[in-house]
Amino acid sequence: MKLLSYFRGETFARGIHPAAHKEMASRPIRRLSFAPRLVVPLSQHIGKPSKPLVRAGEEVVRGQPIAEADGWLSVPQHAPATGVVEAIELRPSARGPWMQSIVLRVHEGSGQEVLWRNPRDPDALAPAELVAAIRDTGMVGLGGAAFPSHAKLAVPKGATVQALVVNGCECEPYLTCDHRLMVERAADLIAGTRTAMRACGAPLAVIGVEDNKPDAAEAIRAVLPDDGSIAVEQVPTKYPQGSEKMLIIALFGVEVPSGALPISLGLVVNNVGTLVALGRLLPAGEGLIERVVTVAGAGVERPGNYLVPLGTPLAFVLECAGARGCVCELVLGGPMMGQAVASLDAPVTKGVSGVLVLRAEDLASGRRRVYPCIKCGECVESCPMGLNPSALGMLAARREYKRMASEFHLGDCFECGCCSYACPSGIPLVQSFRVAKQVLRERATA
Amino acid sequence: MAEGLNAEIRSAPHVRAARSVEQIMRNVVLSLAPICVFYIVQYGLSAAASLLVVTASCLGAERLFVRAGGQAGDLRDFSATITGLLLALTLPPGFPLWMGAVAGFSAIGLGKALFGGIGCNVFNPALVGRAFVQAAFPVAIATYTPSFLPGRFTEFIPSSLAMPLMSPVEPGNWLAAMHLDALTGATPLALWKFEGTVASAWDLLTSASGHMAVGPSPALVLACGAYLAARRFMDWRIPAAVLGASGLTASALYALDPLHYPDPFFMLFSGGLMLGAVYMASDMATSPVTPRGMWIYGGAIGLLTVVIRYYAGLPEGVMYAILIGNAATPLIERYTQPTPYGVGAPRRARRAASYALHPRYISREDDVAGKGGRRKR
Repeated sequence: MKLLSYFRGETFARGIHPAAHKEMASRPIRRLSFAPRLVVPLSQHIGKPSKPLVRAGEEVVRGQPIAEADGWLSVPQHAPATGVVEAIELRPSARGPWMQSIVLRVHEGSGQEVLWRNPRDPDALAPAELVAAIRDTGMVGLGGAAFPSHAKLAVPKGATVQALVVNGCECEPYLTCDHRLMVERAADLIAGTRTAMRACGAPLAVIGVEDNKPDAAEAIRAVLPDDGSIAVEQVPTKYPQGSEKMLIIALFGVEVPSGALPISLGLVVNNVGTLVALGRLLPAGEGLIERVVTVAGAGVERPGNYLVPLGTPLAFVLECAGARGCVCELVLGGPMMGQAVASLDAPVTKGVSGVLVLRAEDLASGRRRVYPCIKCGECVESCPMGLNPSALGMLAARREYKRMASEFHLGDCFECGCCSYACPSGIPLVQSFRVAKQVLRERATA
Repeated sequence: MAEGLNAEIRSAPHVRAARSVEQIMRNVVLSLAPICVFYIVQYGLSAAASLLVVTASCLGAERLFVRAGGQAGDLRDFSATITGLLLALTLPPGFPLWMGAVAGFSAIGLGKALFGGIGCNVFNPALVGRAFVQAAFPVAIATYTPSFLPGRFTEFIPSSLAMPLMSPVEPGNWLAAMHLDALTGATPLALWKFEGTVASAWDLLTSASGHMAVGPSPALVLACGAYLAARRFMDWRIPAAVLGASGLTASALYALDPLHYPDPFFMLFSGGLMLGAVYMASDMATSPVTPRGMWIYGGAIGLLTVVIRYYAGLPEGVMYAILIGNAATPLIERYTQPTPYGVGAPRRARRAASYALHPRYISREDDVAGKGGRRKR
């Protein structure tokens, strides 16, 4: 199978096949109750942090905007529950640094009903109004990057959109939230896709689903509109198929030029989770106040796909899911690109697709002694971008960051982690590339 | 439960492939086992002693240098074991054991530790060891004895037991005492080179016929290599390139002048070419990591082997061909860096895409690449 798809060139070259651990794919999405306190960071997205609209002591209702967008690349925030604003202060974030956050004390009787809404008819809005309406929902890319959706769908002047690519690959191990959304909320996905197509002016939308989720593809096919403007394509299961560049080559057979965005090919890529949320929120006029999070790993007793109010502290999520014993590592997102967190006070934000509670048995091979590079070439054979991580790693060890960028295309690395995964010497390659990029960025600004 | 959290913070990815350096090396050693057993069956006690002494010497040197030099790696990673076994397999079975110990020590000392230990070596350590003893003991290393001698399991080849720093006795008298017919102490390659005789194909392929001075059966080496390649513990491209290039060159020369040159089959299955191609040229640390570089490197080794065998004074050229290939590796890598995704001429998937983009957009892609107008994200 694998070999066949390689020779037929059905998807990108190289890549890896980590153990999938998609056991949660059959667990329906369940709602998580409200934590006594919710912490809504003002920066849950790429771009400028939002500006708070409320003050400490103010009562807010579920769904009410509590912070507004500050500039174009920013989105508003909404209250995930009815309660009182306790404070607006610095709180630990998942990424580490403390961030300005709105702390909400949830009313004990707070219900699931959204009490603040601004319903609109997406079909009646012009594309520009649609983009503005999308921005009002506070929508960001729910795949993990948290890039403001309206900015993605607002097509730059002079560009024409050929197709909307809907990314339903979910290639990260463990994560199944997108899978469940496609199965359970296919109609919302189609509605959201239509809205996004209208917003960016795409005549065609292609939903790419990895072929390990046939039920998801089936569920979507059942609700596809008759006009043929939306199609579902199964793509080979391989990590990192869910990277937009890899999905584009699988669906369209072209490479996005180095340093350019998909829009240079007339393509706009959106995650299925984003469009499912959009399909429901926009007509209802609600803001993004909750998201589906896969809680998995050997360290939880009740793993599953949970609909979690944004701002729920990780400690509460783990309590509900029943974290047990000694946890080895707590990861937000998938195990390949996710971030390890130290603080249980950090909240679930818009970009968190998974909470993995990994234990020694999950990580058995993750910890071992590091050898020097033996030049086996495993990393070269795994890099989906066609880079030479071996050479990059050796340059990084010598701190020759400039050469890494000028001769070895460091800038094309999107940190998928395939090289580190494959390295038999256990060299933290991708981490050294992150450091190199950061140093180069700092040098550039200095 | 929150109190129980004792989490580690590590950078992504948080999972790793099961493959480790130890696992790769262990499998190479495993795949060498049948070859070593065959070698012992061929030459008996002396071969077993040679394998043991050379490997022990390599391990001793590895331990010494790792301790002294603060280098990474240790005996458990099996890399010195591989060096020792391969080195012993390239030496004549009756090679004096003390010279074997010298070879093993210099292989690790000069070939590996000097460069900084595992992964840092430029040349294949086993071949460095062999090159060292070839220069130091030119007579002993060219003295082969026939395989499958009677009494090989009860008696050492006399040269094996030479005292340290003493020259070994010539095996001539010892062999003459055995009163064997059709006895030859020369390798098939030396026979061809100096006497113009070409050994039979079956004998070459299996090394099973007695009274011939040959190493382990090329067929066996190939089978063991196939196991490694199938489990991806070795890159199949390098042996394929070495054998392909030497086979092609030999065929071309044979086609030009069949009287002067031996047939390509003889080229491929005589001497140490098979062992060199499968186990030494493919050594990870000393071969290119770039896929295109592997073909060029292997091709150069194959070509050089034929050239040295045919036109140089030596009967065998695999060792020097591989060492030259090792030296050229950084240069080859430099010019064969892979072309990243989205860089250079646009490539298209071989399959006709389900949703072909309008040609206009494809050409825009050309424009972006052509003008070098790399846009910042």
